[in-house]
Amino acid sequence: MPFKIIASQCTSCSACEPECPNVAISEKGGTFVIDPKKCTECVGHFDEPQCVAVCPVDNTCVLDTSLPRYQARA
Amino acid sequence: MNVSALDEASSVGSAVDIGKVMQIAARKGCGRSGGGKASCGSQAGQGDLPTEIWEKVKNHPCYSEAAHHHYARMHVAVAPACNMQCNYCNRKYDCANESRPGVVSEKLTPEQAAKNVLAVASTIPQMTVLGIAGPGDPLANPKKTFKTFELVAKAAPDIKLCLSTNGLMLPDHVDTIARFKIDHVTITINMVDPEIGAKIYPWIFCNHKRYTGLEAAKILNERQLKGLEMLTERGILCKINSVMIPGINDQHLVKVNKAIKSRGAFLHNIMPLISAPEHGTEFGLNGQRGPTAQELKALQDACEGEMNLMRHCRQCRADAVGLLGEDRSAEFTTEKVMAMDVKYDLPMRKAYQAKIEQERVAKLAGKQEELVELASKMSDIKPMVAVATKGAGVINEHFGHAKEFQVYELSTTGAKFVGHRRVDHYCRGGCGEEERLATVISAINDCHAVLVAKIGGCPKSNLLKAGIEPVDQYAHEFIEKSAIAWFKSYLEKVQSGEIQHTERGEAAIRQGALISAA
Repeated sequence: MPFKIIASQCTSCSACEPECPNVAISEKGGTFVIDPKKCTECVGHFDEPQCVAVCPVDNTCVLDTSLPRYQARA
Repeated sequence: MNVSALDEASSVGSAVDIGKVMQIAARKGCGRSGGGKASCGSQAGQGDLPTEIWEKVKNHPCYSEAAHHHYARMHVAVAPACNMQCNYCNRKYDCANESRPGVVSEKLTPEQAAKNVLAVASTIPQMTVLGIAGPGDPLANPKKTFKTFELVAKAAPDIKLCLSTNGLMLPDHVDTIARFKIDHVTITINMVDPEIGAKIYPWIFCNHKRYTGLEAAKILNERQLKGLEMLTERGILCKINSVMIPGINDQHLVKVNKAIKSRGAFLHNIMPLISAPEHGTEFGLNGQRGPTAQELKALQDACEGEMNLMRHCRQCRADAVGLLGEDRSAEFTTEKVMAMDVKYDLPMRKAYQAKIEQERVAKLAGKQEELVELASKMSDIKPMVAVATKGAGVINEHFGHAKEFQVYELSTTGAKFVGHRRVDHYCRGGCGEEERLATVISAINDCHAVLVAKIGGCPKSNLLKAGIEPVDQYAHEFIEKSAIAWFKSYLEKVQSGEIQHTERGEAAIRQGALISAA
């Protein structure tokens, strides 16, 4: 499951964009979006997902439950 | 994001024990002992400031009380991201009618910001300072922040650059700050004790990790103080902003004052908490109240001594434009600026500023004349006066049109600026508006007189009833000179027994929306 940003709560502050180790975050239509193909849930990079840790609004960067969890390649 | 605002005494919270604050101040020796206090806070001229520092502050409205009557600043909102959460801040709100730090109407790219700066500098020749203060934290957006400074320094080299930060990332950027010749940096420091910090900051983001509680406050405190030391070592002027939060850090700020003073900070700005529930901040929602005008002044007085205290801060938005207390940002939206044909006219700006300096000399001379006469008087009383002004250090505003009053404390040593009070416009035509007039009176209730350019009969009689003397005989004259002249006649009346001097009551700090643009 990659992370997704709930657009209605995004303040568009851009804090998450430079923190993403996968360069998966970009601005689109005034708020920020995560490219699910690039998101690794920060596995292999950091102990906690960076977008979640830096986001000023709680529960705005959340796991997208419609997609499977990220599997690190062996 | 940097700092905060206030509310009336409508919300609950623990009371501030002023006696205790004073006591701590005396014990910690942060009061009047020792020498070397430079007077930026209240003096109109260079005073005892070294020349190289005077050169840096004399036309910076935020670093010099004297300059703020004449010179304007602008903020550009190029730094939206922040790396921590403060309980007095909520950046979700983006309303044109809200005036408090952290709020802006539109984000700018560095290129848009640079064009905006040139447009403002060409339209407002007294604009001497460009600051980046958010709406997030400038150093959480280092690329955008320094790119903006680079572009502005190239196009308008006479403009002073400054930034305002929470200090978390400061140690990493001090060398860059020095390289870009940014010689004014403001750090918001609300505590030097992590136990207190934990009540103000729920979390910080640092080293790819979110820290909470004591650990977060400890890291923040260490990095803020280290950053301050590194800046002052390099000769960069530092102002410290502290938000006074009654019951949380009010008494503790005396200790903060001592800590920053020992690390070479130039100026301490103690601001009242802004915590209206409608702002949606943690403090606003949980009923944390802000201080009253008297509580704020007592704490500022307790911290004043060898350290300069800033009392003229208007807690402006991260996209404010103009003199402190006015906001002309609506005239310079990106859309309007992009349509402007901007030509940067440095000679015109220089000529205009030279004229301002001539006025300042005349103002100072006028004050000196009155002071010489005052020197023969003996008295301990210290009445306060409110002044209606639009700037330039002159009493030039109609009572009913004033958006704020500047407050001076008078004594036989002269007139000392001690703060400002924001009010709603009283005058909307006619004589009614009792309620609005009551708000104005409560905002200046600690003053003995109000000096205005003009005043109507109705408010005049209401002011007199409230015990505040309306004075319009000094219309369009210099503020300090007039205040001292009023004080002399007041003293004479007291000494002849014509009137009796009594202490005034408490005044409310009123701050909400600063609705009008200029």
